[in-house]
Amino acid sequence: MVKGRMLQGARAMAEMCALCRPKVISAYPITPQTLIVEELSQIVADGDLEAEFINVEGEHSAASVVLGAAAVGVRVFTCSSSQGLLLMSEVIFNIAGMRLPVVMICVNRSVSAPLNIWNDQQDSIIMRDSGWIQLYAENNQETCDLLLQAHKIAEDHRVMLPAMVCCDGYVLPHAYEIVDLPSQAEVDAFLPSYDPIYKLDIDNPTTMGAFADPEKYMETRYMIQETMKKSLSVIEEVARDFGSSFGRSSYGLFEKYRVDDASTVVVALGSMAGTIKDVVDELRDQGEKVGILRLICYRPFPKEALYEALSAAENIVIMEKDISLGGSGAVATDMRAVFYGREACPRISGFILGLGGRDITVDDIKTTISKAQHQVADADFVGLKEDLELEGING
Amino acid sequence: MKITLGTVTHPGGSRVNKTGSWRTASKPRFNHQACVACDVCALVCPEGCIFGTGQNTYYANEDYCKGCGICAEVCPVHDIEMIPEAGEDG
Ligand code: SF4
Ligand code: SF4
Repeated sequence: MVKGRMLQGARAMAEMCALCRPKVISAYPITPQTLIVEELSQIVADGDLEAEFINVEGEHSAASVVLGAAAVGVRVFTCSSSQGLLLMSEVIFNIAGMRLPVVMICVNRSVSAPLNIWNDQQDSIIMRDSGWIQLYAENNQETCDLLLQAHKIAEDHRVMLPAMVCCDGYVLPHAYEIVDLPSQAEVDAFLPSYDPIYKLDIDNPTTMGAFADPEKYMETRYMIQETMKKSLSVIEEVARDFGSSFGRSSYGLFEKYRVDDASTVVVALGSMAGTIKDVVDELRDQGEKVGILRLICYRPFPKEALYEALSAAENIVIMEKDISLGGSGAVATDMRAVFYGREACPRISGFILGLGGRDITVDDIKTTISKAQHQVADADFVGLKEDLELEGING
Repeated sequence: MKITLGTVTHPGGSRVNKTGSWRTASKPRFNHQACVACDVCALVCPEGCIFGTGQNTYYANEDYCKGCGICAEVCPVHDIEMIPEAGEDG
């Protein structure tokens, strides 16, 4: 018998969120995140979770509310997407700088203009420099599993940094899949109640996020950078704990699928890995040594672990749903930096796919892989419509 | 000095930060000759760092004074002068 229930992704995520017992939730609805917020507010209104659900007039306020509540010393949750996340961005950086272990789900969606409500990963990738841990999920089960782990990682006293669990808009929260959610007792055993190092307390007053002049600011950045590096091992440790507690493996920093003897390894984040795994299987049947490394932890970027995992490959093919316009894809840029000046020097190619919800087909993936085996590509757009006339480009 | 996670400090923590070091060119000198204790300098000082309790008692706390010169500008009896940061001979 299959374990779990058939649930819409958003419902599963909301239930998982509630199992983590946040005391304060604040979020503002934005497509395609809305369903999660609706489900959560219902759970709180029904009295199934003892939490304050604070309605706000926008995402800047939602992020500010959870910042304040976390500063008072309780576990919090928020959730956003696209323009909403961008509106939060000032607070996003403050939350990290104040070392508050806020946990959020980013339902990945493209960024305007033009207005587009469909999936790519540009929104969370923009936040990569903020000091948040970023974990990317492939499916609804993993989104829920990572959400639980995110609280434990973020609140670990060796870390004390916020964490963002990213899931592909529509592809995940709107899809019905079987999801196995743990019981409240199992979650309580895995995730201890939040024990803040500092909190706002009228009996022992403190100032948080105080002013730091040029004599002190740089040290605060260094502290986060060093902690980010150390948190890699905490992320792995929590994934191992998760595996032994729930009997379902969690991959930690990344998942390797048929990578070990592969000469060509695709690197991708999120749900597109599912399609890529099918392509890998098909190419393997034809005798091609192909694999995929699905990156889960994008920040901190696991440089050494990636070097170890990929140094035997001849070709690394990065497929990503984001672009630093005028530069390259973010993951490709980071990946090249891992190998620069090192002994192993695989050919690293970067491809941009699936922006604004453009389908990523099996053929797209095959063409991309074969292209990367013959030449180095940098920020190559895959799947452009050739029949469109583009003013200033070809028309 | 210890920098805590999230730069958490205790009450009064900002006061140890002597921002008067940002002053560049000049600072006020209170002459204590013609002061009428109108309190205007203390009221307008954007740093709130001027204190006085009667005629010819006003002074600026140089640990926080930014040298903006507003006090000297508003004093109705011209009893405040801006002098070079390094001192009168500076
Ligand atoms: S110079 Fe400006 S900051 Fe300094 S005491 Fe006068 S008004 Fe205040
Ligand atoms: S403004 Fe001039 S007269 Fe008035 S209190 Fe200040 S120093 Fe004295």
